[in-house]
Amino acid sequence: MSQFKWSHLYLWVVFALLYLPIGFLIVYSFNSGDVMQGWQGFSWSHYQELLGDAHLLEIVLDTLVLALLSSTLATAIGTMGALWIDRQPRELTKNFLLSLNNILLVSPDVIIGASFLILFTALGFSLGFVSVLLAHIAFSIPIVVLMVLPRLREMNQSLIAAARDLGANSWQVLSQIVLPVIFPGILAGFFMAFTYSLDDFAVTFFVTGNGFTTLSVEIYSRARQGVSLEINALSTMMFLVSLLLVLCYYLIALRPKKPAAARRRRQEANS
Amino acid sequence: MKTRNQMKTRISWTYLIFYGGWLLLFVIAPLLLLLWQSLNTGSGHLSLDNYGQFFTSGLYLTMAFNSVWYAFLITLVTLLISYPTAYFISQLKHQQFWLLLVILPTWINLLLKTYAFIGLLSHNGVVNSLMAGLGLGSHQLLFTNWSFMLVAAYIEIPFMILPIFNALTEIDPLLSRASQDLGASKWQTWRKVTLPLSMPGVKAGIQAVFIPSLSLFMVTRLIGGNRVITLGTAIEEHFLVTQNWGLGSTIGMILIFAMVIAMILTRDRRKS
Repeated sequence: MSQFKWSHLYLWVVFALLYLPIGFLIVYSFNSGDVMQGWQGFSWSHYQELLGDAHLLEIVLDTLVLALLSSTLATAIGTMGALWIDRQPRELTKNFLLSLNNILLVSPDVIIGASFLILFTALGFSLGFVSVLLAHIAFSIPIVVLMVLPRLREMNQSLIAAARDLGANSWQVLSQIVLPVIFPGILAGFFMAFTYSLDDFAVTFFVTGNGFTTLSVEIYSRARQGVSLEINALSTMMFLVSLLLVLCYYLIALRPKKPAAARRRRQEANS
Repeated sequence: MKTRNQMKTRISWTYLIFYGGWLLLFVIAPLLLLLWQSLNTGSGHLSLDNYGQFFTSGLYLTMAFNSVWYAFLITLVTLLISYPTAYFISQLKHQQFWLLLVILPTWINLLLKTYAFIGLLSHNGVVNSLMAGLGLGSHQLLFTNWSFMLVAAYIEIPFMILPIFNALTEIDPLLSRASQDLGASKWQTWRKVTLPLSMPGVKAGIQAVFIPSLSLFMVTRLIGGNRVITLGTAIEEHFLVTQNWGLGSTIGMILIFAMVIAMILTRDRRKS
């Protein structure tokens, strides 16, 4: 029994360390002083400052719009990619395409950023919102493919055969059978792409020009000049939003939609 | 029948154009351009000058060695913290809830987390105040190799815990029960059954941590000052500051080479 307690203590310590920096950011967002040291009493002043900072709020909005747009487009293209790879008759072609797909997932961010910068320059593309958007779509596509593919593999093939026997054309099979079945994978891919885009710094830093910044790039440039607690206020609000998003995601992903699914899960749990 | 086939081909063509187009334009072309750029010295024809410059410079070789060494240390520290964490979580009742708590910090912007450490570790920061309170005196914590490793390990821990946890939960619990029935102690069971079976997760975790650790240039800039220079920092420097794309691309190719070696060493042999 004593060993059991040690493992709990270990977990408590690890989780405390994981959340220490985040808690620290949040606590100091309410500091009436101007720096992240020396507590000077509770105040909302940094939140007021944040709400009055149109420039920073605009950047937050831009970041969100970018994440939404890029993850939506990446989800569409990634789903097509998964369907295409899954349809390849030869295992060798499939593996080759999957390896190509995974290159951007395993590449270090700086390599992706630098090579995209060369690409955009070679194409004579001006750097700005569009180049950042294209880059975000590009690095989000492979993760969507990886989220959708397992669903396609698990799919019951006789469903498609049955639909075809009943006279459905390709589009009907796709929209009525395949897409609904793989939808959880598509949704998971979308969420992953969205977070990839929100969190990205290195790639954006390379392909953004002077006109467009995302939150990460802005924090980077501000942090180098010296810290302002306005950023803490912003991060607290963003933490709450991510908390909400994660909760929503888990409610969608974990909640059994049909009684049958619940029954199956219960049976699995009991066995 | 004819229309059905036409429809099928049309859909396939759409997939090919969008996804295949993406593969060509954003996967293959950038890599080729990077290679071409690394062979380009500005004179118009291809040469290995950049590679020569890299391999004859003590500075660059030390930097490459340091970068790999730090990535190795970061991976090791992360692994040592994460394996027990993943193991203990896999023994808990509400696994999904605890796993959610591991994932949540990854949803917070990387720069914000790095930024928090500037406040924690700065000269008059919380850690230094604590140490001064304990009579240990205050120290220069920011802009050291240690602080860089600490922050990098902090960022990477969730990415190590997740694959190890997944591998651990895939192990059939009957195996460890059988091992204990046959008289193995808890430690022996872990050593002979659980650890070998969780190796794929460990390898996946090492891959997920080692490669990004080679290129964390913002952490080296913000936390390591400019004292820790990694391959990633050098690439950023050459591309965005000194504008020497040729040499930057050469360092990029070396980084890709390091990455490929890391992947071969941690390959899951059962699948291939």
